[in-house]
Amino acid sequence: MADGPSDNKQSGGERGNKPALQLHVPEPHYRPGDKVDFSHVEVPEAGRQPRPDEACAARETEALCYDLVRVLGEDYRAHGPWDPKLDADTLRTMLRNFALTRAFDERMFRGQRQGKTSFYMKCTGEEATSIASSMALASDDMVFPSYRQQGILIARGYPLVEMINQIYSNRGDKLKGRQLPIMYSSREHSFFSISGNLATQTPQAVGWAMASAIKGDSRIAATWVGEGSTAEGDFHSACTFATVYNAPVILNVINNQWAISSFSGFAGAERTTFAARALGYGLAGLRVDGNDPLACYAAQQWAANRARANAGPTLVEYFTYRAEGHSTSDDPSGYRSAQEREEWPLGDPVMRLKKHLMALGEWDEQRDEAMDAECADQVKKATKEAEKNGILGHGLHHPFRTMFEDVFEELPWHLKEQSEQAIRERETKFPEGLPKQ
Amino acid sequence: MIEAINDALSIKLDQDPDVIVMGEDVGYFGGVFRATAGLQEKYGKTRVFDTPISECGIIGVAVGMGAYGLRPVPEIQFADYIYPGLDQLISEAARLRYRSAAEYIAPLTVRSPFGGGIFGGQTHSQSPEAIFAHVSGLKTVIPSTPYDAKGLLIAAIEDNDPVIFFEPKRIYNGPFSGYYDKPVEPWKKHEDSVVPEGHYSIPLGKARKVIEGEELTVLAYGTMVHVARAVCEKKGVDADIVDLRTIVPLDIEAIEASVRKTGRCLIVHEATRTSGFGAELSALVTERCFYHLEAPVERVTGFDTPYPHSLEWAYFPGPVRIGEAIDKILSE
Ligand SMILES: Cc1ncc(C[n+]2csc(CCOP(=O)(O)OP(=O)(O)O)c2C)c(N)n1
Repeated sequence: MADGPSDNKQSGGERGNKPALQLHVPEPHYRPGDKVDFSHVEVPEAGRQPRPDEACAARETEALCYDLVRVLGEDYRAHGPWDPKLDADTLRTMLRNFALTRAFDERMFRGQRQGKTSFYMKCTGEEATSIASSMALASDDMVFPSYRQQGILIARGYPLVEMINQIYSNRGDKLKGRQLPIMYSSREHSFFSISGNLATQTPQAVGWAMASAIKGDSRIAATWVGEGSTAEGDFHSACTFATVYNAPVILNVINNQWAISSFSGFAGAERTTFAARALGYGLAGLRVDGNDPLACYAAQQWAANRARANAGPTLVEYFTYRAEGHSTSDDPSGYRSAQEREEWPLGDPVMRLKKHLMALGEWDEQRDEAMDAECADQVKKATKEAEKNGILGHGLHHPFRTMFEDVFEELPWHLKEQSEQAIRERETKFPEGLPKQ
Repeated sequence: MIEAINDALSIKLDQDPDVIVMGEDVGYFGGVFRATAGLQEKYGKTRVFDTPISECGIIGVAVGMGAYGLRPVPEIQFADYIYPGLDQLISEAARLRYRSAAEYIAPLTVRSPFGGGIFGGQTHSQSPEAIFAHVSGLKTVIPSTPYDAKGLLIAAIEDNDPVIFFEPKRIYNGPFSGYYDKPVEPWKKHEDSVVPEGHYSIPLGKARKVIEGEELTVLAYGTMVHVARAVCEKKGVDADIVDLRTIVPLDIEAIEASVRKTGRCLIVHEATRTSGFGAELSALVTERCFYHLEAPVERVTGFDTPYPHSLEWAYFPGPVRIGEAIDKILSE
């Protein structure tokens, strides 16, 4: 047994002529202080990617899994077969949804800094991957988002006040103050309750889509997951189930390069693309410029049409960049070069859409400024309105007994007892009644 | 018991077009224990179907189906394989109602054969019920007779909360006395074997009095109900045996009433001892019936080791272990 596998020597050891094995630990291109050069990122010319028939065999999308579907060129005009040919009003609506989401993110981030809530997450730079893509779905298609798709709710017209009530966990919060800020839910807007456990929503979306198919419904499901989270088993289960049952579902992977401080290499990005994951499962795959609103829309529309025609599920990778920190608890200057954001070769989705509309003669600087001011004002008003219901930690929350509701459909004896205890504790703490605000 | 389970599934598939049965090998073949035999043929491939070998996928997909409005009844082939699906059960199914303030629910019933005594080794014998009892939002059901299996399964499927339905596989075909030198008599010859035709349900959270007695309360569920009963009969102990049937919700009234009457309490389960559900029962009985107790509460359980293959009967909390505990309690 001297040199058998049980001879568990930790270092080096005499292995004769056998080469010593080496572990590869991925390392991002740039760390804080590094000068950034994104020339290794291939940015193909817009309009050059073929658009296969939506009902094509999954493997016909192979080339597109390594390419990058792009529509908006350097001239800010739409090019090629993926141009979704949207009318100016739709484009303006999209731009407004972008601007409103950005204004909302700005204000909520500040609100967290002001102590009105515990936590916030921005989607800056990724607006197109949620807003443009969800605009290509029907309003009653079910979405299973992760935590960076607030843009979908905004695009679907969910009241900002409700979003802020949730973020403040105040007495107006429809989720009764139980969820971390930004973990929205709205059945009315076909928006599934967000989980804090990464990737769990992906097999759930597939199950919803399967159920829709079992019932002969016409609604499809779409889910969003970060590239880092695709390493979770749930994602792979979702891909397997989606392909096995040909579920009418779209699996959107937002490759924003970073999973907190871990770069995409830790999810396998050094070896292949995320879109290419589709191929091994027999899913259709598309790799898309995630900062190109028209490409995002077109890809989602392609996948939705495919699902609706029972032609199969699609995995869409959006190649984008997380311009801001991971959340209010994160400081990206600790792990990546600050220059990355400026050098990101695919630009900013809001700017690109704005310039596109201007190139069409359908927009100008004055209107843009007015729109931004309106959005900021709209968010400000909603914030004021929501603050009437309280902010986190200031006592205006739901009554104590609600903590015990909805664990089960009916309250069992042990929760009844515990609920009575909570109320007793409150009376002991505040014998003269609740403190005044 | 397996026929009773099949019958319950068939009745619900028939009555409710939203009921879906799925799991590894459950479709064409009818399941490795044959619990779903014939169902696909009767209800079609979109109501009863095989799944990939992915417990995380099975449960995750079932959560999505539940959110859509279906009532999925996924089967996990052995309870030992429920762990890859645990996150979907614990973080998702159990809390979906709560986290969405009842906007979405996950009315799934996860069926899974559990427990040992069939030479299944350490990966086909476990009793993980305590894990689920510890999770807020899950209900855990463990029948011990064919009558109960049918009635409880129907109730579980009709329940709007996620239910874990553990089927004690040792007693699929007949009650097991624990005296392994004695052959198992098939359910047919047993008084609890009578399963009425058609729909009936047993409310979750109501225990069953197995036998009435004055000397000692035995709290048990699943296979151990039969083992405890055989031991008490053999020893001539006048026991009050309470089959819990569901451990969440728990029938605390039945437990209190019995312990107050007898003043002595023995808890029997097959799962490992430390942090097992017996610990919870013991604590509850002590908290609520302390002044009625004439002896410390005793637990008889499996050992804190994995379930061994060749030494299965040494592991199993059989008549010797139960007998000793009874002697100890009665001698106080
Ligand atoms: C199961 C699980 N593991 C870890 C975490 C902690 N966590 C929260 S976000 C995150 C990074 C996710 O990165 P990615 O999927 O790329 O999405 P992004 O934040 O970039 O949008 C981690 C590790 C979690 N929420 N859930």
